[in-house]
Amino acid sequence: PPLPAGRACLSHRTQDGRSGEKEEEEDEGCYRLYPGHIPTSPLQKALLAAGSAVMALYDPYRHDMVAVLGETTGCLALPNLRDKMKNHPEGYRILQERPRIRLSTLDMARLQGLPDGSLGREYVRFLEDNKVSPDTRMPPKFIDDEELAYVIQRYREVHDLMHTLLGMPTNMLGEVVVKWFEAIQTGLPMCVLGAAFGPVRLSARKLQVLATELVPWAIRSGRNASCVLNIYYEQRWEQPVESLREEIGIFPPPAIRV
Amino acid sequence: VYQVFESVAKKYDVMNDSMTLGIHRVWKDILVHKMNPSPGTLLLDVAGGTGDIAFRFINYVRASRERQLQRKLRHHQNLSWQEISESYQEDKSNSLGDSQVVVCDINKEMLKVGKQKAQHLGYSAGLSWVLGNAEELPFDDDKFDVYTIAFGIRNVTRIDLALQEAYRVLKPGGRFLCLEFSHVSNPLLSRLYDLYSFQVIPVLGEVIAGDWKSYQYLVESIRRFPPQEEFKAMIEDAGFFKVDYQNLNFGIVAIHSGFKL
Repeated sequence: PPLPAGRACLSHRTQDGRSGEKEEEEDEGCYRLYPGHIPTSPLQKALLAAGSAVMALYDPYRHDMVAVLGETTGCLALPNLRDKMKNHPEGYRILQERPRIRLSTLDMARLQGLPDGSLGREYVRFLEDNKVSPDTRMPPKFIDDEELAYVIQRYREVHDLMHTLLGMPTNMLGEVVVKWFEAIQTGLPMCVLGAAFGPVRLSARKLQVLATELVPWAIRSGRNASCVLNIYYEQRWEQPVESLREEIGIFPPPAIRV
Repeated sequence: VYQVFESVAKKYDVMNDSMTLGIHRVWKDILVHKMNPSPGTLLLDVAGGTGDIAFRFINYVRASRERQLQRKLRHHQNLSWQEISESYQEDKSNSLGDSQVVVCDINKEMLKVGKQKAQHLGYSAGLSWVLGNAEELPFDDDKFDVYTIAFGIRNVTRIDLALQEAYRVLKPGGRFLCLEFSHVSNPLLSRLYDLYSFQVIPVLGEVIAGDWKSYQYLVESIRRFPPQEEFKAMIEDAGFFKVDYQNLNFGIVAIHSGFKL
């Protein structure tokens, strides 16, 4: 049977050991801020952060753990990002209109028909080449602010576009490079941890390329670029990737096969 | 309840070990020791999903049977060769002494995991797996010597029906045994237990099984379950006699026992 609304907040109240049942009935202040929201106490968030970090390292296929880590450690970085968006005309519009990047909202046929080199055409090419879909992004669960939940959702959905703009594939090396870029751009601890620990599974040759060429470029671009969440990508599909890179401030990627 | 256990089945055992720090194994051992089954016992383990009680029962009965055979051998030192070879054949096919356990569970996924475990651990004789509902068991009256339900009855919607069914399928003289989470009366311990339950367990569920909600449900279902005395009264209502309970770990878990006379 489906769990009735309000169940999720039981964890909040019974910290002082009172009977759970009473709490459920008399407590109406506890609520879900958005679909999928699971309210958590600070202790739970701390435990989740630690647990998800360990699990993400132990089993790299647990993408859900990376997502949880991002949510439980983003309490400083996310408001920062949100404010950057608020103070920028395009970012502000994104916060108002709340666009979502999903297969159902994208006109794939139209994007495929765009000229080579345009954002839309290259994005679709990236999705096809790497066999990924924008619909596999985890929805947020542990963020206790509805607007911040959107910000992290937007960050996740824009991730594939980061790959496209940076010209990085979805293999381990490519992901680490994107993480470095995102770490500089967003300041999210999860990105910092991913950037720092991601390379442990790479071969020595790849590590060398990473350290000498890719990471310095990613850092330079990350610092030079304006906030990537302030770009309304859905309104720029026709724009050539190179032009968009210049506009944002991303330097051309090094000529290396990743 | 079904969907909760469908997603939970594969990680069930890992989660049990993590949540109880392995102590659930001790609880289950105590249950089977309390049962003290002799060879030839027919056990029905309800909500037995992944087979923990069933395997322990088989181990116990096998050990008991071996002791029985050793005693027999010591007494029969003057057998003829024919008698000795006959007894070997008889004993080989009877290492369990005709004991049997039927594992009944409402959830296919849990049974599947149980069967795989059995195969992996080498259990085959005297073991059968049946899909069924504790509130309406697919068995005839007066069939079993012992009925066990370990950490299952709190998930049953109509506990009274499950108890009535337990009474029905037990033979006269049969024993009902229930291992279940119960109530901690010690106030300090109760607070620590609540803290652990509500703060840590859903987190473990999310990290290990990727499933917060099922483990939140678990913790809530434990709180909803009637305390020791109330459950004892319910068992008596179903017709059982000599109903008693034994607290384990200060009431975190309790074993209730009753007889059909």
